[in-house]
Amino acid sequence: MKKAFKMTGLKCANCGAKIEREIGKLAGVNDAKVSFMTQRLTIDAEDVKFESVVDQARAIAGKIEAGCSF
Amino acid sequence: MHELYWLIASAAAFAVTLFIPVSGPWAALVFAVPYLLSGWSVLKEAAINIAHGQVFDENFLMAVASLGAMAIGDYKEAVAVMLFYQVGELFQSYAVGKSRASIAELMDIRPDYANIERGGQTVRVDPDEVRVGDVYIVKPGERVPLDGVVLTGKSSVNTAALTGESLPREVHEGVELLSGCVNLTGALTVRATKVFAESTVARILEMVEDAGDRKAQMESFITRFARVYTPAVCLGAVLLAVVPPLLALGSWGMWIERALTFLVISCPCALVISVPMSFFGGIGAASKRGILVKGGNYLEALAAVDTLVCDKTGTLTQGSFSVSAVHPKDFTEARLVEYAALGEGFSSHPIAVSLREAYGKPVDEKRVSAVQEIAGRGVSVNIDGRAVLIGNGALMDAHGIAWKPCHVAGTEVHVAVDGQYQGHIVIADQIKPGAKQAIDELKALGISRIVMLTGDTEAVAKSVADELGITEVRAGLLPEGKVRAVEAVMGERGGPVQRKLFGEEKGMVAFVGDGINDAPVLRRADLGIAMGALGSDAAIEAADVVLMDDRLSGISEAVGIAKRTISIARQNVVFALGVKALVLLLGALGIANMWVAVFADVGVSVIAILNAMRALTTPR
Repeated sequence: MKKAFKMTGLKCANCGAKIEREIGKLAGVNDAKVSFMTQRLTIDAEDVKFESVVDQARAIAGKIEAGCSF
Repeated sequence: MHELYWLIASAAAFAVTLFIPVSGPWAALVFAVPYLLSGWSVLKEAAINIAHGQVFDENFLMAVASLGAMAIGDYKEAVAVMLFYQVGELFQSYAVGKSRASIAELMDIRPDYANIERGGQTVRVDPDEVRVGDVYIVKPGERVPLDGVVLTGKSSVNTAALTGESLPREVHEGVELLSGCVNLTGALTVRATKVFAESTVARILEMVEDAGDRKAQMESFITRFARVYTPAVCLGAVLLAVVPPLLALGSWGMWIERALTFLVISCPCALVISVPMSFFGGIGAASKRGILVKGGNYLEALAAVDTLVCDKTGTLTQGSFSVSAVHPKDFTEARLVEYAALGEGFSSHPIAVSLREAYGKPVDEKRVSAVQEIAGRGVSVNIDGRAVLIGNGALMDAHGIAWKPCHVAGTEVHVAVDGQYQGHIVIADQIKPGAKQAIDELKALGISRIVMLTGDTEAVAKSVADELGITEVRAGLLPEGKVRAVEAVMGERGGPVQRKLFGEEKGMVAFVGDGINDAPVLRRADLGIAMGALGSDAAIEAADVVLMDDRLSGISEAVGIAKRTISIARQNVVFALGVKALVLLLGALGIANMWVAVFADVGVSVIAILNAMRALTTPR
């Protein structure tokens, strides 16, 4: 399943790159993309794990850049 | 705005403190005021991030650098670092916001509502609620909400948002209407042929949004580079602070000061922002011209195209037939065309249509009788009481009439009246206006090899190729043959030549087609370009670059925009890395102080962003 999310509070481009990398490492994630310019996060993950992946991804975003979520 | 006032207050406080004559520990207390004013948010975020286990982010680095400067007594520098860092951040977010907004404005083609007739009244509904087959009304000045067919009304529509073409298009009953166009003059009643989600507007918006996900190689390189750059510079700073004093090469204070200079430059932000921003701008600039590029990687590929394979029909030629030569024997030219048009007056075959177009008058049915179609050969009719045969050579042979072949390439229509040969008319596909110029432009842009593919005969293909200055032709190809032909060209080219770190430099083979029957070829080529793709789902799906209208000049425009974008992105990489490397070196030698380092960080960011914003504009 592939889904795009609108990000809020992403102020630093390098943090975006870090968030992309960390989400990409999660189990069950096939691909993750963060576009700083469009403030968009696309997650492609296995259907069964999708919800837990999204929760973990949200935690990662907030951890890497305080106040960043989607 | 809040940040701006805060910044002005901190700057004012800093200016005041510069005039307070204090020294020693008292100075630390005085300068702590502007320092905390300007740096509070940075210090706070650094603390939060450390608590989250995130070190090496920009807040942390700035906090360490400025606190270090305070600790060794460089108060002014400490405040300046914070102040300028904040100025840079503010400018950066302004610039990013502005460039985002201009793309958003560009993409502001989403229709808000559709006018639906309900119980004798016109009501506005969400375009999502309209089903296929529903009838909606578009008033002058409104945006067409869904793809459909005009039922009643006559108007002109502005397709600029879709195609970049400013000339309005005339529409009337029976014409297909695309969502996203703006109705200009008259009200139209339209039957929806697609739901909103599958309409042109929705698909274009989706494609542009997705483009951000397909990153250019240069973007990925910069992200990877940033990952090692910051830790490496920080390690350098630690070594610089510790090793030389241990070797008794100078005081601790002096080397720590130099190390702090390192920390200020260790932020990779200028790079990490300016490169994606350049590509984003380039994609935006292209869509403004009706060229949809599906990702930064394809922009890179476009710039590296040096071999172009084009389909003939619909790409180089209009794909519609018209009379290209009239060669009468005893008749006048007009008379020959008149007879042919009358004789073919009842057929819907493209050749008959083009004959009637050349005649230009309505066909008087009363003059024509005894119409008899002869499959694969032509037609036998009675016009003004005379027996007329219209058709190919085989038809003439069958009636024992001697006929002359023509030197003009195309489909020949022979005419015989009362058993006498009266000449022929040649019907051919027309080369698009501006095609020759477009091909010349492509050659000037460094596309050294152009190959034309066609299912037509060698003779027809040759005449088109000669007129356009194309030397390589593969004729008589079936659709599968086109895939093999493209593969062969790609094999001869030997694959893309990689430029270190910066993506392909040259060697990309692009295929351009009109999307009819050539989706597999579009997919197979290094870069598939679909043209005139408005409304063709298969082409939009298969292609990497979509030209919304069928102007051939769109290709050279796309290549031009791509090359410009790449060069802007490269300038930013070289400039940012160059300045940072230089300042690191000078900082280590003690020549560059913290003020210079602040410029290398913030100043470079600002300049790189300003440069990246140039990619958004299309010089004409």
